[in-house]
Amino acid sequence: MSIATSLEGKRVCICAGSGGVGKTTTSAALALGLAAEGHKVAVVTIDPAKRLANSLGLPELGNEPMRIEPERFESQGVHMQGELWALMLDPKRTFDDLVARLAPDEESRREVVGNRIYQQLSSAVAGSQEFSAVMKLYELERSGEFDRLVLDTPPSRNALDFLEAPTRLTNFLEGRALRVFLAPTGLASRVVGRGSGVVFSLLRRLTGVDLLQDLSVFFRVLGGLLEGFRQRAAAVDQMLRDPSTAFLIVTSPEAEPAEEAIYFRTQLRRADMPFAALVVNRVHPVELLDVDPDEARSELAPLVGEALARRAVANLSDFQVLAERDRDSIERLVRELDCPDPLCVPHLDVDVQDASGLVQVAHHLFAGSRPGF
Amino acid sequence: MTLLSKRLLFVTGKGGVGKSTVAAAVGTLAARSGMRTIVAEVAGRNDVPHALGHPRDEELPEEIEAELSPGLFWISIDPQHALREYLLDQLRVRALAEVLGQSRAFGYLAAAAPGLQELLTVGKIWELAQPRRRTPGAAPYDLVVVDAPATGHGLAYLTAPRTFADIARTGPVARQARTIHATLADPSRSGVIVVSTPHELPVTEALLLHREVRRQMGLELERTVMNALAPARFSERDAGRLREALAGGTGGAGGGGRAKRAPPLGSAEAGIRAALSQASQARDQRRQVDRLRRGLGRAPTALPFMYTAAVGPEQVSVLADCLERSL
Repeated sequence: MSIATSLEGKRVCICAGSGGVGKTTTSAALALGLAAEGHKVAVVTIDPAKRLANSLGLPELGNEPMRIEPERFESQGVHMQGELWALMLDPKRTFDDLVARLAPDEESRREVVGNRIYQQLSSAVAGSQEFSAVMKLYELERSGEFDRLVLDTPPSRNALDFLEAPTRLTNFLEGRALRVFLAPTGLASRVVGRGSGVVFSLLRRLTGVDLLQDLSVFFRVLGGLLEGFRQRAAAVDQMLRDPSTAFLIVTSPEAEPAEEAIYFRTQLRRADMPFAALVVNRVHPVELLDVDPDEARSELAPLVGEALARRAVANLSDFQVLAERDRDSIERLVRELDCPDPLCVPHLDVDVQDASGLVQVAHHLFAGSRPGF
Repeated sequence: MTLLSKRLLFVTGKGGVGKSTVAAAVGTLAARSGMRTIVAEVAGRNDVPHALGHPRDEELPEEIEAELSPGLFWISIDPQHALREYLLDQLRVRALAEVLGQSRAFGYLAAAAPGLQELLTVGKIWELAQPRRRTPGAAPYDLVVVDAPATGHGLAYLTAPRTFADIARTGPVARQARTIHATLADPSRSGVIVVSTPHELPVTEALLLHREVRRQMGLELERTVMNALAPARFSERDAGRLREALAGGTGGAGGGGRAKRAPPLGSAEAGIRAALSQASQARDQRRQVDRLRRGLGRAPTALPFMYTAAVGPEQVSVLADCLERSL
């Protein structure tokens, strides 16, 4: 089973899963494999540690795609038939670029970017990463420069944050919020005109006038960008549901991430978004379960001595516990996700930190396929 | 016992390092030593009761401070609920609070104001930690342990009060936000525990948090926990003997690596391979422990890896023992 089969004809691959399951590595290895197969691939990642950049041979990545030298992987036996590009998402920059594109003129742009509420919204707030990630993905998709895109989703505790990012914005903008603030009798005018409704006076009691003033300015300047934002969010939502988009669920066999994976699959189903493959990282070899510890001990004792044999077998039993956990967990994932062919990447003793580690993971994902390797 | 001398402990770190387990262990330790303790989760999570043996689908009362075991309480904070409580607390008159709470304009404002969700959550956490609770009839806690979100979002919670005070500038909300910030930034009352595992990225994030908590909150980390550390089971000499036995005795029938089912392992070979794998993990992990120690200028508290199918109350209790020994 190769991941290439599941991703046949898919232009956009989104890797989702809970934190700490190896999503960034999986995304990079997937992009590498697709590029080796002959595609022009861009991988979008959120990797504050710059580790991905380093493993790709770059000091750091920027908010625009950079070409990765194919020579880097030649020495690892990968013959790159396509092109590998990578970029690291900068949410603030992505927001600012979007505003620049949507603003009717330079003055409105400056007004939005200079607003205090906007500044907080675009950088400090939870959800801004999810939102800018899908925006960037959409932009790259529309540019037509790449034939495959791989997105490493932000480490979110709730997968829904990501799926709902575009819809939430549309709902918000289409809802009454703006009208409340923008209408001639709305809050904005009351702030300026020292309005006197019950709600407004209560609000003023709580928040003071400054916050209300900033908010009304924020809504006013955003009003000019409204239509553009709305269209963009709807188009992104469309892209996420397109049959040429594929969601990959990445997990480890541990209980909590597996639970998240199952939950995420339900969410995808509910949102009518296409699920393509399940990747299970860090799997202990199931063959260990066939080994009889007593037999191992009697075989080992003459080789390494009784004491060391005893310790090795105690350790073996511990590994068997993990192998059994992994087997049960994968069985459960297969059942719950209705995915008969999960891609399992074995537990590696040492962290994947360099080109050779990435190639090793790519080999597991693309096992049994293809030119390039 | 400096760890337990705080009123408020925030537990954060990279996703997947075991923050909830560590939060549960800290809570267990505090409750054991007779402190009335509450573990607070945010953003709709209920990982802590799960780690303490409550099944995932058990209906736990939301918004209620539920006693999971003697002296150990738990709450999952919902910002909407916190908002209603806050309005009532501020406006004092239920009818007025309801007018505002139900007003659409206010709903939109609350959804749009950046960081308000985080502020309300932290506000509730602060309230839990007050020696005199603002919630009518509620008893005070000796310790509030917060199972916070991962690195970046976790920091956003810590900094929300100041961010919000800066935006609002004047008025009761700004004043209150400043009061909350003062508590969070006071090392005699609040502490941040960063959890890492002995791997590249979690250590990098722990070091980042070390810098950012200092820069943005003026706080030194109360403690860094190196969770799930593989025990040093085999010396270099052991590993050498095992490798020799593998080369000489078993014919080296392949086996490691591939996800596909490999040919059955000889029993001795399986034992040796598992041991060598453990030895190499433990060695690699020691490098990460050293890296963290050098970056922090002090040693992290190590908690052992658990060779179990899942983490339950028994494991949490063992981890609480380890924390206790480290005090």
